Amino acid sequence: MTPELKTRLEQETKSHKIVLFMKGNALFPQCGFSARALQILQPYGEVHTVDVLADPEVRQGIKDLTNWPTIPQIFINGQFVGGSDILMELAERGELADLVAGKSPA
Amino acid sequence: MLDAEFVRGRILDALPGSEVEVRDTTGTGDHFEARVVSPDFAGKPMVQQHQLVYAPLQQWLKSGELHALALKTYSPEQWKKLGPR
Repeated sequence: MTPELKTRLEQETKSHKIVLFMKGNALFPQCGFSARALQILQPYGEVHTVDVLADPEVRQGIKDLTNWPTIPQIFINGQFVGGSDILMELAERGELADLVAGKSPA
Repeated sequence: MLDAEFVRGRILDALPGSEVEVRDTTGTGDHFEARVVSPDFAGKPMVQQHQLVYAPLQQWLKSGELHALALKTYSPEQWKKLGPR
């Protein structure tokens, strides 16, 4: 990954409280897992989405950055949280609100 | 084709002292779900807990022999807090 791309991705992850790298966008999710992630996150605040299908460089780059093999990927307060399974589990355990509020590891 | 006991063994090797339960969800030896309660998870975000479980299984995930592994991970404290399920 080029240093430029790395910097760009890192800035993107910190650009908003909740950032979702997904397939498609908030209006037209292109994958069930992305749609699900969006749905879970929305009650917790504004979700900034990045469409990985619009840019192959970003699609591969974000996987390299997090060492995580799949999309969607969720960042909260600049920190990588995981994919849709982890997100769902955190929501079920009631830990997502704390995470958004900047409390505790989740 | 893998079996649940094999998957469990790899996880236990990597995380000694943990409580590991693995189930073959489809009966086809490539889709599993696992619950892991490990003292190594204490204070770690869930994503790191999952990475610790995936690490010893990389080889089989890469080859596709292990197609899916649904994870639930807990530190002993988190598990205790949940109470009996």
